[in-house]
Amino acid sequence: MTESLPLPGRGNVSRRSFIKSVIATSASVSAMSWFSAPAAARHQGAARGSVGRLVSLEVNGRTRRVDVLPQETLAMTLRYKLGLTGTKLGCDRAECGACTVMIDGVAHYSCSTLTHRVRGREITTVEGLEGPGGELHPVQRAFIDELGPQCGFCTPGQVMAAAAVLRANPNPTRDEARRAMSGNLCRCGAYDHYLNGVMRAAREVSHA
Amino acid sequence: MMNDMMTHFDLLQPVDLDSALDMLSRHGADAWPLAGGYDSFDWFKNRGKQPAVVIDLEGIDELRGVTELESGVGPGGGGGIEIGAMTTLATLEADPLIRSRYALLAHAAAEVASPQIRNAGTIGGNVCQDTRCWYYRYGMTCYRAGGNTCYAGAPGAMNREHAIFGADRCVAVTPSDVAPALVALDAGMVVRSARREKVVPAAEFFMPPGVDITRMTVLGERDLLTAIRIPDRWAGADFHFEKVADRKTWDFALVSVAAAVRTSGGGNGGGIIEDARIVAGAVQCVPRRLTTVEDLVRGRPRDEETAEMAGELAVRGADPLDYNHFKVPLLRNLVKRAVRGT
Repeated sequence: MTESLPLPGRGNVSRRSFIKSVIATSASVSAMSWFSAPAAARHQGAARGSVGRLVSLEVNGRTRRVDVLPQETLAMTLRYKLGLTGTKLGCDRAECGACTVMIDGVAHYSCSTLTHRVRGREITTVEGLEGPGGELHPVQRAFIDELGPQCGFCTPGQVMAAAAVLRANPNPTRDEARRAMSGNLCRCGAYDHYLNGVMRAAREVSHA
Repeated sequence: MMNDMMTHFDLLQPVDLDSALDMLSRHGADAWPLAGGYDSFDWFKNRGKQPAVVIDLEGIDELRGVTELESGVGPGGGGGIEIGAMTTLATLEADPLIRSRYALLAHAAAEVASPQIRNAGTIGGNVCQDTRCWYYRYGMTCYRAGGNTCYAGAPGAMNREHAIFGADRCVAVTPSDVAPALVALDAGMVVRSARREKVVPAAEFFMPPGVDITRMTVLGERDLLTAIRIPDRWAGADFHFEKVADRKTWDFALVSVAAAVRTSGGGNGGGIIEDARIVAGAVQCVPRRLTTVEDLVRGRPRDEETAEMAGELAVRGADPLDYNHFKVPLLRNLVKRAVRGT
């Protein structure tokens, strides 16, 4: 369960999980005050019927209770409230694809999705793709075999876009796969490697 | 990063249309109806617009889906289809009814932005989105923003993406890929407010700057585009849609052309053109219906000679700015290809 936070005193706290625990606790608490203080000062009273703040989200098969602002995007919630930092924020303008997650099995940009819009929907991030024994998703294995990631920043988004296309179309043609992956930028330019990875994953799943 | 957090708004999530219209009429200019969000969040994150109340239309089931209209109910008096305004572009792209009868619309929807954006972006949001003129988007106080100058039309301004026709103080263009297809299909736009419902022809839905420079559509503060009705007039016609942009994904059109053609005595590349609709996007503030070209081609053979004349006529009167002269041959060639059918 990669998304659980490290316990205090646990011996094998990795650098990554330590950073995540810091994000999930102190950073998000201080960020909260930056985000909401000026707005609260400016804004007088909520409109009748505005959404509540405590919501339940279905993330990677678990129900997570979380305090969400009305204007908060899913990427913010995942990264800064739930500590799921696998989802990256690149442009925050729906122009790069690094924040791609699956909502009910369909690829979406989490930077441009309001968290309040996905209450009760099934959210899957890159942390939720692993098998029951912690084994990698076929797309992740294929990306490693095809040397997809270079700097790796776009990789979680590429993985989610690829996993979503294979869900909808388990045996895509190369052109279909290329089109389905066209919403994810890779500044290292490893597009063909990622595309080879998608085709390899499709082959391996269908022959498994 | 901090600038990317939107400022506070109250979020209302109605589950039926009447409540949404009530909310809209109660909050008026303070309210912002939210469809897919891809245009809205840009404005909010950049502080270009900061509405006090956002009305999320996602939970309203009656605004979604494609239904067949009975004969006599469609906009032309015949049958047709009705598309809920919150139907996603990905749905339109894949819908069997639209693909078989109105492939023009399926094709146009498939050309919008990127796969993830089409998964959330809606047809209503796509046709109601604001223009992409970056002087305006950047927050300059231009005519469109209520000021008294146009920065994009000024000497030396960067206006490669701007208008070659119909500039009236503002030189911005319509950004929608779907809009030219809807105009070509003679669609009717269903506009509702708490008090009334009217159906506006797609060709009159988009607002020329000479009439109201601060709006892109006829929608008022309390109006909502709820559905789009497409008559059966052009069902199954020969369709042609082509969009040219700097990039294949994400980008807005430099020029797009949507055409519907009916021929007799032969299909593509032959026969006599009985009637046609040819509409260009991204060359004017509104989708530009090329009525003179339609009049020219009607009754002529669908061949190279007709296509050549159509292309020449399409660009007559073009008035390019400093950096967008290339749009003239681009439009000429796209119209030529549309009329030729290749």
